[in-house]
Amino acid sequence: MIEQQPLQAGLFSWPAKAPELLGSRCDNCGEHAFPAQSSCRHCTGGETTVVGMGREGRLWTWTIQSFMPKDPYYTDETPETFVPYGVGYVELDCGLRVESRLRENTPDALTIGMEMEMEIIPVRQAENGTEWVTFQFKKKATR
Amino acid sequence: MDVAIVGLGLYPFGRSPALSGLEQGAAAARAAMADAGTDFKAMQFAFGGSQDGGNADSLVNLLGLTGLQFTNIWNGCATGGSSLSAAYSAIASGQYDTGLVVGFDKHPRGAFNPKPQEWGLDDWYGETGLMLTTQFFAMKIQRYMHDYGISNNTLVSTAEKAFRNGSITPTAWRQTALSREDIEHAPMVSEPLSKYMFCSPAEGGCALVICRADIAHKYSSKPIYLKTAVVRSRSYGSFEVFAPSQAPFVADSPTVTASRAAFELAGIGPEDVDVAQLQDTEVGAEIMHMAENGFCAHGDQEQWIAEGRTEITGSLPVNTDGGCLANGEPVGASGLRQVYEICHQLRGTADARQVPNSPKVGYTHVYGAPGISGVNILAV
Repeated sequence: MIEQQPLQAGLFSWPAKAPELLGSRCDNCGEHAFPAQSSCRHCTGGETTVVGMGREGRLWTWTIQSFMPKDPYYTDETPETFVPYGVGYVELDCGLRVESRLRENTPDALTIGMEMEMEIIPVRQAENGTEWVTFQFKKKATR
Repeated sequence: MDVAIVGLGLYPFGRSPALSGLEQGAAAARAAMADAGTDFKAMQFAFGGSQDGGNADSLVNLLGLTGLQFTNIWNGCATGGSSLSAAYSAIASGQYDTGLVVGFDKHPRGAFNPKPQEWGLDDWYGETGLMLTTQFFAMKIQRYMHDYGISNNTLVSTAEKAFRNGSITPTAWRQTALSREDIEHAPMVSEPLSKYMFCSPAEGGCALVICRADIAHKYSSKPIYLKTAVVRSRSYGSFEVFAPSQAPFVADSPTVTASRAAFELAGIGPEDVDVAQLQDTEVGAEIMHMAENGFCAHGDQEQWIAEGRTEITGSLPVNTDGGCLANGEPVGASGLRQVYEICHQLRGTADARQVPNSPKVGYTHVYGAPGISGVNILAV
């Protein structure tokens, strides 16, 4: 089995059965940040705590990346195999709006306010066989 | 000390394979000094900036090793605004009498490819495909259209105006007017923005000679007075580019804060402005910046543009030379090109694109990543 590793440690809980986004919460004013940072953008405070921010939210705005980005984009895709992807800000329950790739990649499938959930997707394969993964959001499944 | 602009120089934007970025900057500087009837020996200081064209202070190799103070400025797309603001302070403070502001660039073809680490971000952000300014602009106008009822028609009209104005601007890069159909059927870049709705990185140079207002007539029979030159960075909650997360609320953008400060310092209001240049990296930016700079309420752009109020013959002509859309964006020079155009409008030398009835007050606004705005108010 291929070993999966986060492309960037600390963006989401890992390993985890249902990974959630990780961020920081300011010890002084309570404002969140993603990725987690050691100081606060809001109140200028210098003490924060890493917290889980859940795996669900609502789509705040979106677009579609219709051509393959050039460097520093780095996946296993080629211009021939590139598939357009959605990009959006997803508003989490704590209020923070997190930028993310979106699984949906057509205008018909994306609406501001729609319920979203997080999933883990491959980015590229390393030479030793490790698969680097990251997070993205998709339309929340109706259960 | 009041401040005047007395020399205007432009090396036309576009593609100039034969000239380096620095050479285009030098050509613009020489043109500005010639326009003021002076030369580099008379320049006591210079502020300059470029992203990809080389260090601005290397220009002394081409202009002359006179020993002047030459300071490099780098503030992304707001570089020109920051350079002019620094020069304004140098004169207004009484430190210097006369100086040069210059910007130039020479970008490779295609979209910019910024490096995450230069913006305080880790590599994952770029590697997974989020480090694109085009996405930010698309997402900002997407939400704005949702909140304020701006239609796709208004996006198309704004692009149409840009290329129509470009077609009567001899120094513009894009001098071919486009039909609504051309714009509507162009390939989509980043929903809702298609090919002709974005400006492209380009090449070119622009320079201004600036001096104490009380000696301005030594250089120019029609000095343009720089009433104020304000630069502001973002505050928490401003929706900005290269941001893995945004605050739970939307606060005033740096454009709003820079604009308010500029009007306050100049002692006038948006209703007093006769002609404006607003940063139009893409059509959505021009539309949103109309409201962010205080010229109309959010959402009123739909009616304003339908009525042609931002056309050359309208009540507030915007981007009379076709803006960034028709001129392209050599980052270091772009903010100064805005001032160059406004100065021509106020001098009455804008030829086919001249705003009627002798405009008296002009306004320029530049915006750059990751949330910097520069506003200048000019008057005759």
